[in-house]
Amino acid sequence: MIDTALVLAILVSALRTATPLIFAALGELVVEKSGCVNLGVEGMMLVGAVAGFAIGLTTGNFALAFLVGALAGAALSLVYGVLVLFLMVNQYAAGLALTILGGGASAFWGQRWQGQNMRGLQPVEMPGLSQLPVVGSVFTRLDIMVYVALAAAALIAWALLRTRLGLVLRAVGENHDSAHALGFSVIRVRFAAIAFGGAMAGIGGAYLSCVITPLWIEGMTAGRGWIAVALVVFATWKPGRVVLGAWLFGLVSVMQIHGQGLGLAVPSHILAMLPYLVTILVLVLISRDATRIRLAAPGSLGKAFRPTA
Amino acid sequence: MPLRLVPRLAPSRLALYGAPLLAVAATVVFGYVLFLAIGRDPLTALHAYFIAPVNSRFGLSEWLLTALPLTLIGLGLAVGFRANVWNIGAEGQLLLGAIGGGAVALALWREGVPGTFLLVCIAGALAGMAWAAIPAFLRTRFNANEILTSLMLIYVADQLLGYLVHGALRNPQGFGFPESRLFSAEAIMPNLLSGTRLHVGWLLVPLAVLAMWFLMSRTVTGFRLQVSGEAAGAAAYAGFSQKRMVWLSFLLTGGLAGVVGAMEVAGPVGQLLPEISPGYGFAAIIVAFLGRLSPVGVLLAAHLLALILIGGENVQMLGVPVAVAQLFQGVLLVALLASDVLVRYRVVRLGRLGRGSA
Amino acid sequence: MPTRRTLIAAALGLGLAGAAAADEPLKIGFVYSSLIGDAGWTYQHDLGRLMVEEAFGDRVETAYVESIDGGADAERVIRQFASQGYGLIFGTSFNHMNPMARVAAQFPDIAFEHATGYTQDTNLAIYHTRAYESRYLVGMVAGMMGDSMGVVASYPIPEVLRGINAMTLGARSVNPNFTTRVVWISTWFDPGLERTAADALLDQGVDVLAHFTDSPAVVQAAEDRGKHVVALGDMAQYGETSHLTALVYNWGPYYVERTQMVLDGTWETANTWEGISADMMTIAPFADSVPQEVRDMVMAKKAEIGASEFHPFQGPLVAQDGSTKVPVGEIPDDMMLLSMDFYVEGVEGSLP
Repeated sequence: MIDTALVLAILVSALRTATPLIFAALGELVVEKSGCVNLGVEGMMLVGAVAGFAIGLTTGNFALAFLVGALAGAALSLVYGVLVLFLMVNQYAAGLALTILGGGASAFWGQRWQGQNMRGLQPVEMPGLSQLPVVGSVFTRLDIMVYVALAAAALIAWALLRTRLGLVLRAVGENHDSAHALGFSVIRVRFAAIAFGGAMAGIGGAYLSCVITPLWIEGMTAGRGWIAVALVVFATWKPGRVVLGAWLFGLVSVMQIHGQGLGLAVPSHILAMLPYLVTILVLVLISRDATRIRLAAPGSLGKAFRPTA
Repeated sequence: MPLRLVPRLAPSRLALYGAPLLAVAATVVFGYVLFLAIGRDPLTALHAYFIAPVNSRFGLSEWLLTALPLTLIGLGLAVGFRANVWNIGAEGQLLLGAIGGGAVALALWREGVPGTFLLVCIAGALAGMAWAAIPAFLRTRFNANEILTSLMLIYVADQLLGYLVHGALRNPQGFGFPESRLFSAEAIMPNLLSGTRLHVGWLLVPLAVLAMWFLMSRTVTGFRLQVSGEAAGAAAYAGFSQKRMVWLSFLLTGGLAGVVGAMEVAGPVGQLLPEISPGYGFAAIIVAFLGRLSPVGVLLAAHLLALILIGGENVQMLGVPVAVAQLFQGVLLVALLASDVLVRYRVVRLGRLGRGSA
Repeated sequence: MPTRRTLIAAALGLGLAGAAAADEPLKIGFVYSSLIGDAGWTYQHDLGRLMVEEAFGDRVETAYVESIDGGADAERVIRQFASQGYGLIFGTSFNHMNPMARVAAQFPDIAFEHATGYTQDTNLAIYHTRAYESRYLVGMVAGMMGDSMGVVASYPIPEVLRGINAMTLGARSVNPNFTTRVVWISTWFDPGLERTAADALLDQGVDVLAHFTDSPAVVQAAEDRGKHVVALGDMAQYGETSHLTALVYNWGPYYVERTQMVLDGTWETANTWEGISADMMTIAPFADSVPQEVRDMVMAKKAEIGASEFHPFQGPLVAQDGSTKVPVGEIPDDMMLLSMDFYVEGVEGSLP
């Protein structure tokens, strides 16, 4: 039953499933690298989804749709930024409040877009890649944002390791007191990272409402924001591994469905547990070696920073 | 920035009570405009939000009943948070408590064992503790970040509950619907107030608040928790084991969340369902911080959150969409969290500080 | 520009005028398990509520609370309705059954109605639709427009199994080689996952899609890929060419009838399980691409079902494993339908 065409179709489906997770998880990765944990990814994805859909529907311009989705996500993340950085609110409480606020705000503004249909962002043919033997057809069936997500991962990986900006970000996340002593503005760096994380989550949300299912329905992210948070850990705070992790997640969820269609019967509740169990396992494996976790996880993660005079 | 926050040596008494009131007032103004904007009478809507839920005997009992899980879990979390132990997975521990308690209730179904409900609660507590022990073990043995493991385990617990009520614990006479049998009478929490759903489990609320106050301010353990939270290095120097604090925090919260889960299924719900909790475990994290990690604070914050939870249902009966109710709740939470800064910090002008310290 | 004070006055005035127009309108409460915006199950119930408002105007006042699914909140919401003078309360999800039964016992003067459950009381009526009748009809359409069907399903409960089996039987009645494939996604609502499942089924080569989940994601998948779909609820706006037809829950007539009874003082408990004959189930208008002879055949069968001349599960009913579940010439009883736990011949794969 398994033939090449089906394998390629599974690949296409897995890549699409992974893309919103890559965007959101990359954003959260940058936030966490700066030393903050924002548990409000789900809320930011939702406002990104509603904003992206509204613009996509009214203008048909998807570049603009993703831009506005990013802005919406960033705007909501500012609430978190102000709470955490200026008002010294605990990060987890602030993130959870953001999830509730984002869910409510997106549902409120989304009421007028409910029940509307649009033609989503269409696939593009990748010159060169689409000429490859066997797998070429995959590159005719993917939309541009799939590639943008990869480019973003590469860019973030490069920026974190090779640029001054990345160095400052990591320094702030590693030890905010030293970074502060060295004269870096911890608050400013974190604020920028949080806004970036919000924008990326917003793009991830917009991908759902503009590409995968071009419609707006309240709560349509259905928990993907939390998977993105898990992915960051699974990837041990490395952008490349975020991509691999998201692909793996996409592949497993698509394969599970294909397996069923082909006659494989496994209780789906058990399958649904797997990504989380695997994430815990990976975390244990990397953490048991204290030096490796120290290299990967930002040292100040989750700790509040208050500048002393 | 011309303004600067300076920590208060002691929380300001004025701000302690004034700040939350200020936050509520600001949200009320926001809600007034919001309800007006969607064409609803703001006064009626606000009344439905804050007054109507508690202006009857039944309403009051429901308020207490809804605050019960939030208070108990919030208290457990507050202890852990003081020691910098970040258990974000109380929701999963609650679900395991429901599963453990529910399994006992179903195993003893119609066996007529008097006091089954006590066994249900104990089983729930043990199941919650067992689930909480996983992140505690992974943290102390493998150094795995407990925030992430406890968070992941919520989803595993949720699927586990779904798996069981679709399978092994499903009501055999229930036409295949995913829910268990109704528990028999001896497994149900005895009623505390006739005509309401308030059950004896509520008695744990004052007990737990007192016990937690005692633990935090009158025992060496409480002192150790505090110290290991504020200065891990000093704590280690003084011979306090951080590992013990992790275990203590997780088992305490896991046990409380587990009891809560068992009391939900053996109390107001009366059976196992795929959905047990409207997110009590998550809301309790907010409760712990709104309550400033103090026992009385948690108690008050839990009741405030319970009120807006019920209020959110009530305004819907006036034709306010659930989206608006949720938006209002989100704004209120953000305002409350934000207002807390006034309690802990003074706002001063930079210039004045400079002169003052010079 | 009006001042704030006049706005309040206007708002209050409107409320008073509404109350004064009719002496004591009947207040009707609806408890929904999900959001109206999910476009599926709850949305269809809400269409029924709107029909009640339209039919009775000032004589009724309706209200609803969304997203109440199990847990302790269901009983509280039902009880709040009951204690706030609501005379008729509908619980629209299976999880509302036991909470509703408990509240009903405490408020003997209020009429309670629960959808899809099996617990009845003197003031608690139960109602459900024979959705499988419409499933059979849309299955016929699928059978004449393709050779295989892919189903995006939620949980393997009897209601869903009846639907899968009825569609397969309908399709095979017109196309004996027709096969059905099922994918279980363990949720009623996750547009992304629904879409992934639909794509997977299309990649495996099915011609027609069907779904038990709430969102229009499956319809969009069929439209995108140039395939066909028989939808759950009229979702034609999401699939201009792909949306062949849909099964439609028609709760409105029942809600209107029961409301009329309360207004007349003739309401009493009942156990209603009706379908096409009572107009509680129907199908959506056909797509342009559905040929006239197909429409004629389906409408003829609809009339037969409506007149009780045909039962979708009438014998011979053969299960997937070849065993006979209903002998030739017999009609299955409702107990058998309510506890259905097998696939019929023509469905591929095994039950999870």
